[in-house]
Amino acid sequence: MRKLALICVVMVLAFLPPPLLGEVDSALLQDSVTVDLPEPPAPPGNVTATDNPNDNGRAIRVTWELSADDTTGMKNVIGYRINRAEARDAADSLWTEASDILPSGTTEFIHSGDGEEDGPDYFAKNYDFYYRVHALTADTFSVSAVVGPVQAKDNWYNTGVTFVLLFVALFIILTVTFVRIARKGKELYIRPLAGIEAVDEAIGRATEMGKPTLYILGLGSAADIATIASFAILSRVAKKVAEYQTPLLVPCYEPFVMTVAQDTVRAAYMDAGRPDDYDEDSVYFVTSSQFAYVAGVMGTMIREKPATNFYLGMFHAESLLLAETGAMIGSIQIAGTDQIAQLPFFVVACDYTLIGEELYAASVYLSREPVLLGTIKAQDWAKAVVVGTILAGLLARLLVDLDFIKTVFEVSV
Amino acid sequence: MKRQLPLMLVFLLGAFMIIQYFVPAQASLDAYEFILDWMIIIGIFAMALGIWSLMRVSWHKIKRRSHDWQYAALTLAGLFIMVLFGFEPIGGGLKSYLWLQFYEFVMVPVLATIFSLLAFFMASAAYRAFRARSLLAAVLLGSAMVLMFRVLPLGPLSDPINELAGWILVVPNLAAKRAILIGVGLGMVATSLKVILGIERSYLGRD
Repeated sequence: MRKLALICVVMVLAFLPPPLLGEVDSALLQDSVTVDLPEPPAPPGNVTATDNPNDNGRAIRVTWELSADDTTGMKNVIGYRINRAEARDAADSLWTEASDILPSGTTEFIHSGDGEEDGPDYFAKNYDFYYRVHALTADTFSVSAVVGPVQAKDNWYNTGVTFVLLFVALFIILTVTFVRIARKGKELYIRPLAGIEAVDEAIGRATEMGKPTLYILGLGSAADIATIASFAILSRVAKKVAEYQTPLLVPCYEPFVMTVAQDTVRAAYMDAGRPDDYDEDSVYFVTSSQFAYVAGVMGTMIREKPATNFYLGMFHAESLLLAETGAMIGSIQIAGTDQIAQLPFFVVACDYTLIGEELYAASVYLSREPVLLGTIKAQDWAKAVVVGTILAGLLARLLVDLDFIKTVFEVSV
Repeated sequence: MKRQLPLMLVFLLGAFMIIQYFVPAQASLDAYEFILDWMIIIGIFAMALGIWSLMRVSWHKIKRRSHDWQYAALTLAGLFIMVLFGFEPIGGGLKSYLWLQFYEFVMVPVLATIFSLLAFFMASAAYRAFRARSLLAAVLLGSAMVLMFRVLPLGPLSDPINELAGWILVVPNLAAKRAILIGVGLGMVATSLKVILGIERSYLGRD
């Protein structure tokens, strides 16, 4: 009988409905969680999520205050992680990780992406997002309050470059002012440049010797300012060469540069009244491989022995190779570049070197047009403003050490 | 009109590029990318013009039997050989045996040789530069000697020479570099403005 009763009890227990068993299990589990899991750290406070400024609407800036347990005590917070969802009350499974684990002490994260809809980093603009910040310890974590909705928006003005805008505006005003002054006929003085004053003499020497003039535009593309400045100088040089009826050689590194140089030289010959003297083969493409170009031009120098070499534009490692070859064959050499690292090479190997900005001013010196002289004057005044600003800022920092001076001149692109 | 149209295009595109710098919006970036893409496309067409120019100039030299015309023939031969070997149906493409042989065992060593000439040219240029013919040249020579001695194991002298070399690099050298950079920056803006506003138009020829 007792055996039968025991069997009945076992059977009743075996066929008990699941909820009843579940309650029993979860109660047991609850006891074990309470006992085993460590206490979570204090959550990050004051979480904010705002549109990241000065961008293309593909980023949100999230900030927070450090957890009270950040790097201290037993609940040592070792990092933070940012989560994002499309609804405030989204289930945990719908929150996605917006960041990797950020180191402790971090209080800001910019969650950014791109506009490729099928890509892994797609970031929708003008769309509501919600953020929360996890404070992580080695064993557990805590979660901040959810913030949002926040939208990433296109920005139509980059406030980080306001100082640049002001300076460009000032420069335009200065340029227009001095161009007007020059147009009224006032004579503007600019200091002489030895390298430019030697251009006539150098081309004259080539004429006397019956040797060609070699003009190298450098390795820059047609979009580089140094190359654009060099086109302007080439125009003046080609005109003088046409007047003196001296051969001109312009080996080009870039086909694009070659086409512009061909037009420039052709126009200069027309201006000089000698369009028939223009030789289409005088401006030619060599190669777009740096040292193959050097080999080609060095070969031309050795064979043709030009009396005058111009190196004006953007140069890299080839500067000394070309200039030394020119020096060895005894050419008069005039160089100019805005690449600071190459200037010493030109200085030691060439007769005259235009340093930095002198390259940009050279075409004005050659033309002596009053309107162009106005732009050089504006440049000088802008330089004075820069020097004045540097000195004023230096004095202000030394004397009063105000933070706002630093922030006024800060530029963030 | 032949001059007006390019000037108008330069003004419009130049002004757009200035404005684009201050506008971070997506539309502005897209337009910028669009223009850069066009530059690449035009660059490819320009490459065809460049190769045509190289062929024409070389051919003229050969035809006229100009001085050292053999170099022009070699240039053309090199051009056509590399194109043929690199052309998939004929030579087998850029991974074909012959193309790789020419590239790796002719072109690369020749380019490396040209680059290595720089070492010898530096020595000859330094010899000319470091002759103390004036006070400034003597200062240059002294500075250069200090910088060169910096990398030598000079025992107890190493530390003071290192300090002096560091001072030369960080104080007078950097100050001069920054002065040049400021000038270059302003010169770039001035040149850009001259071209955009049509003040500098020498590259188009005179009116």
